[in-house]
Amino acid sequence: MNRQQALFEYLLRLGDNALILGQRLTEWIGHAPALEEEMGSANIALDLIGQARGWLAYAGTVEGAGRDEDDLAFQRDVMNFRNVLLVEQPNGHYGDTIARQYLFDAFHYPLLTALSACTDQSIAGIAAKASKEAAYHRRRSAEWVIRLGDGTAESHAKLQQSFDTLWPYTGELFALDEVDHTLRRTGVAADLTAVRREWHEHVTRTLAGATLVPPQEGWMQSGGKQGRHSEQLGYVLAEMQFLPRAYRDARW
Amino acid sequence: MYSQFVDTGVERMRCAEELPELERAFQDKIDSDIKIEPKDWMPEAYRQTLVRQISQHAHSEIVGMLPEGNWLTRAPSLRRKLILLAKVQDEAGHGLYLYSAAETLGASREALIEALHAGKAKYSSIFNYPTLSWADVGAIGWLVDGAALINQIPLCRCSYGPYARAMVRICKEESFHQRQGYEIMLALCAGSAVQKRMAQDALDRWWWPSLMMFGPPDAESIHTQQAMRWKIKRHTNDELRQKFVDQSVPQADYLELTLPDPALKRNEQTGHYDFGAIDWSEFWSVLKGDGPCNRQRIATRRQAYDEGRWVREAALAYGAKQDRRRAEFS
Repeated sequence: MNRQQALFEYLLRLGDNALILGQRLTEWIGHAPALEEEMGSANIALDLIGQARGWLAYAGTVEGAGRDEDDLAFQRDVMNFRNVLLVEQPNGHYGDTIARQYLFDAFHYPLLTALSACTDQSIAGIAAKASKEAAYHRRRSAEWVIRLGDGTAESHAKLQQSFDTLWPYTGELFALDEVDHTLRRTGVAADLTAVRREWHEHVTRTLAGATLVPPQEGWMQSGGKQGRHSEQLGYVLAEMQFLPRAYRDARW
Repeated sequence: MYSQFVDTGVERMRCAEELPELERAFQDKIDSDIKIEPKDWMPEAYRQTLVRQISQHAHSEIVGMLPEGNWLTRAPSLRRKLILLAKVQDEAGHGLYLYSAAETLGASREALIEALHAGKAKYSSIFNYPTLSWADVGAIGWLVDGAALINQIPLCRCSYGPYARAMVRICKEESFHQRQGYEIMLALCAGSAVQKRMAQDALDRWWWPSLMMFGPPDAESIHTQQAMRWKIKRHTNDELRQKFVDQSVPQADYLELTLPDPALKRNEQTGHYDFGAIDWSEFWSVLKGDGPCNRQRIATRRQAYDEGRWVREAALAYGAKQDRRRAEFS
């Protein structure tokens, strides 16, 4: 794998994480538990999809094959998506969505902060803007984790179950492969060990504040970053990509 | 119009001499264009009319998120997805301001929402039609938000302060919504033959329901007369409808689309467009609950509300715990 291929893969990981999680959040619009949450979910989705545009547009430039952000978002199939499995998991109930969001935000913020010091100026620029948004995302989702964990007996039990179910998807966030190794050598990729440290501290503190028990460490899912996804992603893409695929040459 | 049929509770108009002193002073303020504020005295019928109108408007914003929300996950480009998402988010925001405006009149958001879910409160008939293609998102922005804007601009001068101020902000956003809708139509009409057909089909389906948005002809209506005297309403439904038709004809011409009304013709004497008869039986039927999507729309809203109850309860319980903890420490 050469540097350009690694960089393309790395940008797809960043862009696809934001895109797929943003797409999942838009599924809530019109169905959220309160008007304030309709607005909050839409806000986060707007930020994430906006970030995805930045990453995917740059990925297209790096690839040099003439693909733009929409080609990459709408014309790739499941095996070519590089998002982590966590973000494609279904919305479930609001607690499931909050747990998924928080586990991701707690990773996303330190990742973006690290990338804002990246030697690649384009990455540093997108990351600097995105990290400000991610700081707010993490604050909001952590507050919801605490509110639901320490709310009623029902919300506590539901949220504990959400964390237990999603926990096996957190290992992949920090798993290193050839893409990371290739880019670490030139100071492009973030140090995921340091990101993991901050993630772990934040999650431990938030779960304690929420009176939730940290799930048992054990077997972890993996594969999303290399294009081996769960069954969920195919349905997300089928819905998201329908129009550009049904009308191949149309401009919208 | 987002509040198409507002009962003022008034059975006949009274002249100034018949009004009790407080009410005469109230009417004098309105006649001098002084805003009525929440703590001011107001006739009960005025208060209730406003609660009905503002809550119908709020419900319309919230139910109105559903037909467009139907295409959020399927928007054809990332840019279109972001624009539509921002628009639907604005509608949630409008709902919030409007419920807050209704709360200044002593109504509670929860009670208003429960009335909607129980089928007791109305919302605009337009949101009971389905969005079948992406072009419907364009048609809604262009026509539905365009019609809403024509109706709502005069409401910025409504006599009730909190409603008038909410409307100023809402109208600014609606104007952006209308432009995004028309821009979708422009792209479709400049596109392939299939896209153009999609645009024409959406116009065919949304045109007449859009005209119905202004409500039934109200020249004879006692409710319109009373609402106009209170300056809750500034123009009749027919005046606003005519304005909408006059505005839409050149816009459709520019798109090279055909409005589905063979009777539509410019009247050289009046300078306005004459148009065909509206099927009011369809309007009343949809308003009373028998439209293509009435049952689904309410069922969707109710389901979201019911499934979110444990979340709202948890947030309240947590807030109460925090209050107790703060009290223990202080």
